[in-house]
Amino acid sequence: MTTSAGRVPQVQMLSPDGVFEVPSEYAHYGKYIEKLTLDDFLKFYRDMARIRRFDNECTALQRQGQMGLWVPAVGQEAAQIGSGYAVGKNDHMFPSYREHGVAITHGIDLMSIIKMMRGVNHGGWNPEETRFHLYAIVLGTQVLHAAGYAMGVNFDGNVGTGDPEVDQAVITYFGDGATAEGDVSEALLFAAVNKSPLVFFCQNNQWAISSPVSAQTVVPLYLRGEGFGVPGIQVDGNDVLACYAVTAKHMDDARNGLGPSLIEALTYRVGAHTTSDDPSKYRPQEETDYWIARDPITRFEKFLRRQGVGDEFFQEVAQAGDDLATQIREATFAMPNPPLENIFKHVYTDPHPLVQEQQAWLENYESSFEEDSK
Amino acid sequence: MTNTAEMSIAKAINAGIQKQMQKDSKVLVFGEDVAELGGVFRVTEGLLAEFGNQKVFNSPIAESGIVGTAIGLAMRGYKPIAEIQFEGFVYPAFDQIVSQLAKLTNRSEGHLSMPVVIRIPYGGGIGAVEHHSESPEAYFAHTPGLRVISPSNPNDAYWMIQQAIESNDPVIFFEPKRRYWLKGTVNLDTPPATMHQAKVLREGTQVTLVSYGPMVVTALQAADLATAEGISLEVIDLRSISPIDFPTILNSVRKTGRLVIASEASTSYSVASEVAARVAELAFYSLEAPVLRVGSFDVPYPPAKLEELFLPDADRILEAVDRSLAY
Ligand SMILES: Cc1ncc(C[n+]2csc(CCOP(=O)(O)OP(=O)(O)O)c2C)c(N)n1
Repeated sequence: MTTSAGRVPQVQMLSPDGVFEVPSEYAHYGKYIEKLTLDDFLKFYRDMARIRRFDNECTALQRQGQMGLWVPAVGQEAAQIGSGYAVGKNDHMFPSYREHGVAITHGIDLMSIIKMMRGVNHGGWNPEETRFHLYAIVLGTQVLHAAGYAMGVNFDGNVGTGDPEVDQAVITYFGDGATAEGDVSEALLFAAVNKSPLVFFCQNNQWAISSPVSAQTVVPLYLRGEGFGVPGIQVDGNDVLACYAVTAKHMDDARNGLGPSLIEALTYRVGAHTTSDDPSKYRPQEETDYWIARDPITRFEKFLRRQGVGDEFFQEVAQAGDDLATQIREATFAMPNPPLENIFKHVYTDPHPLVQEQQAWLENYESSFEEDSK
Repeated sequence: MTNTAEMSIAKAINAGIQKQMQKDSKVLVFGEDVAELGGVFRVTEGLLAEFGNQKVFNSPIAESGIVGTAIGLAMRGYKPIAEIQFEGFVYPAFDQIVSQLAKLTNRSEGHLSMPVVIRIPYGGGIGAVEHHSESPEAYFAHTPGLRVISPSNPNDAYWMIQQAIESNDPVIFFEPKRRYWLKGTVNLDTPPATMHQAKVLREGTQVTLVSYGPMVVTALQAADLATAEGISLEVIDLRSISPIDFPTILNSVRKTGRLVIASEASTSYSVASEVAARVAELAFYSLEAPVLRVGSFDVPYPPAKLEELFLPDADRILEAVDRSLAY
């Protein structure tokens, strides 16, 4: 995004040709890359490729009627895998609905995402155990939940002790469109006032369904928090190393008691908003082509090849992707429909007379058919 | 010997919260002006001094934020009591209440409980400006996943707020604003009932009169006036708006054969409507007359100079009682 003042400053570490270089003004971020090993780099690549393969397979499965809807994250892998791996083992994540990449960095079973999009349940993984909270479809709502959670982390004294086993931070994901929701602004304010250990991670993929980011803001989004007292930074969202480093630094700051901050990862939604969408109606193909040429996975492959990683590795990853695709296809086709009685489960935690009464009625109703057919 | 104390409804809620905070360090109180001031109705007075500013604090004036952060705090293991200053200001938080708070237990397949209490002063009769006198309880009662209750007297207020705090589910706690200063005896040892039980406040034989919250006082007045005219009303305080204790209502209707439901809310699509529909389904053959509802008109809440005529009073209740008896 450009402003009246020209291009905004952006943290980038990998050039489009995969050359790694940290500008001196970003040395405090660069430090985080120095701690990474080749194995970490390979892991980043594997997961970006894995989630891309998964994503494309899911679109195909939706087309075949196996899912009600698919929400592709193609093009946003660097922002998601990079930031996801910067989240520590005690930290909590509050995603929106497109964060499949973040999900796999913390062990969420990919089938549980398919299960939800297929219409079997509304999520159902354990947020406390996984620390990856449920997908949120009402835009911006999860950002307030994250703000509340982060207030609790503060109250519990899990901030600024210097003990990595004790200190915790929270990260929340939302899109450029969601920034227009009041909940996001309220969350920035609550986090600032409470000096909460919360990182706001905005994936600016430049489109909110058919609305360009210019319909949501006239000021670059990384500046959105300034008036609330939440400093921001823009990172190249197609640069996995920059996304990792910037998120890691801001999560560290949050854990250390320095309060909230906002990261705007500038990326692009290469695919449709969802499988119900038709981007050709509102944006030129040339724009999409421009961004496909800046693909985050290709860029990271160039970097890895410069590090001496050879064909063998990339072939192995491609094979693993095909295996994964086969596996999820089979698992999706085999996935049973949920039993009807599920609708009465977990409406409340404690027993509820109306739910019990209606469940009993339904059971009776259903069994009346069994008797009829005898 | 039972320990008792005389107190107002406002003081009783305060004492109930205080007791729960002494018992459970996870209970938090927040909202607009709840700390030093003790809330605009002083319901949280003294809590800051006793429990400190990590347990009792003012939130920014952002209702969605208040409820949204209450949800996050509940996820963290806290038991938030969030105050909405007046019922007319709850709507900015509506999504966080009906789409988030109410559904998270279900959406997480039971992995998350939402022990959140949202306190909302409601109802009219205090001569207030616009948006300070309404009765929005039906919106919340219509939402699966929420529990909605409203005390009508100090003893219930003292116990029901505690039951709400101890509940593992979200509870919308409607406080009868114009009765805040109503005094009564609180039994400090034993709760009068469970959270969702209705109570027969006055036994009678001819017509069952159901009401809740601020209208209960009016219903009791109507019963007194009726007695003077030789008519016997059985007065039931619902106490719980969702779920409703139908067995208690049905027991009474099977005896009296007649039912009038009174509340301050606009009559159509109301809690009274739900009671009427269910009683018609479940006690049709016991009914001697159609179930009648006495509520406000289906118009915006009027300016204060008209509210006395707008709100149902004992006479309007008795008019319905007469109609019922005339069948
Ligand atoms: C409160 C609310 N309003 C509208 C919608 C419908 N909706 C779903 S996604 C979307 C666009 C969101 O764009 P953005 O936040 O940029 O995220 P992206 O989908 O690009 O990842 C809209 C309008 C919604 N889910 N929630």
